[in-house]
Amino acid sequence: MPGEAPPGAEPVRLAPVAPAISTSSLTKRYGDRLALDGLDLEVPRGLVFGFLGPNGAGKTTAVKLLLGLARPTGGEGRVLGAPLGDRPIRSKVGYLPELFRYQGWLSAREALVLHCQLAGLPQHQVRDEVERGLEVVGLEGRGDDQVATFSKGMQQRLGLAVALLGTPELVILDEPTSALDPVGRHDVREIIRKLRADGVTVFLNSHFLSEVELVCDRVALVDRGKVVAQGGLAELLEGGGPRVRCTGLTVSALDRLGELRTDGDWVWVEGLDSSRTPDLVEALVGVGARVHQVEEGRRSLEERFLQLLERP
Amino acid sequence: MSPILVIARLTARELLRRRLVHALLLLTVLVIGLTGWGFSRIPHLHLGGELLTPALAHLAAAQLLLLVMFMFSFVVGLTAAFLAAPAVAGDLESGIALAVLARPISRAQFLLGRWLGLAVPLLAYVALSASVEFLLVAVAAGYSPPNPVGAEAALGAEGLVLLSLTLLLSTRLSAMTAGVVTVVVFGAMWVAGVAGAFGQAFHNTSIAAVGDVSHLLVPSDGLWRAAIFAIQPRVFASASLSRVGSPFSASSGPSVAYLAFVAAWLLFVVGMGIVSLDRREI
Repeated sequence: MPGEAPPGAEPVRLAPVAPAISTSSLTKRYGDRLALDGLDLEVPRGLVFGFLGPNGAGKTTAVKLLLGLARPTGGEGRVLGAPLGDRPIRSKVGYLPELFRYQGWLSAREALVLHCQLAGLPQHQVRDEVERGLEVVGLEGRGDDQVATFSKGMQQRLGLAVALLGTPELVILDEPTSALDPVGRHDVREIIRKLRADGVTVFLNSHFLSEVELVCDRVALVDRGKVVAQGGLAELLEGGGPRVRCTGLTVSALDRLGELRTDGDWVWVEGLDSSRTPDLVEALVGVGARVHQVEEGRRSLEERFLQLLERP
Repeated sequence: MSPILVIARLTARELLRRRLVHALLLLTVLVIGLTGWGFSRIPHLHLGGELLTPALAHLAAAQLLLLVMFMFSFVVGLTAAFLAAPAVAGDLESGIALAVLARPISRAQFLLGRWLGLAVPLLAYVALSASVEFLLVAVAAGYSPPNPVGAEAALGAEGLVLLSLTLLLSTRLSAMTAGVVTVVVFGAMWVAGVAGAFGQAFHNTSIAAVGDVSHLLVPSDGLWRAAIFAIQPRVFASASLSRVGSPFSASSGPSVAYLAFVAAWLLFVVGMGIVSLDRREI
């Protein structure tokens, strides 16, 4: 067949694709304050990667280092295979800052045209890109309105449209739904899923753990500038042990099983293996509780988050 | 389109969109109209019951034109400072710079785009306003400066000096502070220039050095004096007026070496602005 390699020929080796993001001991110090303490991160291509952490953990600092907006004081990193701060690679990266602000005196359409030009898009593509961007984020019909007249939510939608211009290979979203209502959050989740389907890597920095749980494939949890856990979402949340929804509970610990932890009507024993679910139910009934529901072994991201951060 | 031109166009468009150009042009037209009326009255003035001689009317018009241009130089200086102060600092403070500088654009391109987008409208404003004023004075009072293009070039360069200085400051200071510092420096350099002229008139080398140093430190007053020389009648340069250190007369025009120094100063300050912004954490 034409194009088929002749017998005995060396197979064509494709160059390995660099991860979307990789960092090694990436450190950032502002005076005496250590904002990022040796960040080791690897974000494979084509995934939605959640970057989580409490306020002041160093998430936005990490994003700024990745985009060359700040310089590391130690370590190194690569974005789409290029070293941090590389300018040409930024044409393949979309970014929605946490502090999303665009020139208030421009119309939404003009703001998008500006970013198309800054991204170096060919002139003949600009018009279609702008209209597509407005449509994707639900701002069609508002393109000629001044940005200054937009609500915060609409400005965040515009910021998302700016981040999606062109054909980015990596989209970095820093708290993309902080100003959005539930409908807007749903829309953003759909946009993120669509990006993943198109093979785009999404680096999602968010406080909304439920949102991260709904869309992310992998997550890294950062605290005080360090990654405390990193891995697939399923892997991170497994091993939660059985949880029981019950009422009429009057004790805080069970003989033979240990101390009870609660969240509303749900109770569980930390570290209890799934094989001991019948023991847990039996013990709860034994102390007079009425059991309504039993769930096997997956913790919520919030529980895991608090556990990893060693917060009660 | 080059990122420098994209930012320059954005900057110039902002001046138009925010109606700054409209406001400045309207006020300038008003002032030019009023001064034109004033100049037209000079040939009809009486001294000792008789009309001014053409020579005296000529001198009066020249002196009045210098005062008007002094006010104009002040307007150019303040306009440059107020335009440039928020051009970088405003974007950094508001967060607009985050989205812009995450694009494939260098900080040097960003700063040069801002500089170009402010410098071209400022120079156009200086050239247009000064040309109309000179033309009006020539028609109304019969006085034409010996070197009107030189005067416009010097006033434009003075604007560029203050614009560049403010842009450099706004890479590190807040917009308000950068603007205020430039205005204070502008005023201080003018006062130092006047002191230097007095020092020269009274042969006091220490005081004269104050003027020389100010002309090197920030050449705004040096350029204003170049503008004076281009506007005043040649007779003023040798008259006793310049020898007593009048702030509205100059005994000589700028040397080629000084003009080369101003060009180098501009390059240095803009370069410093680029380095400063480049090293800044956003």
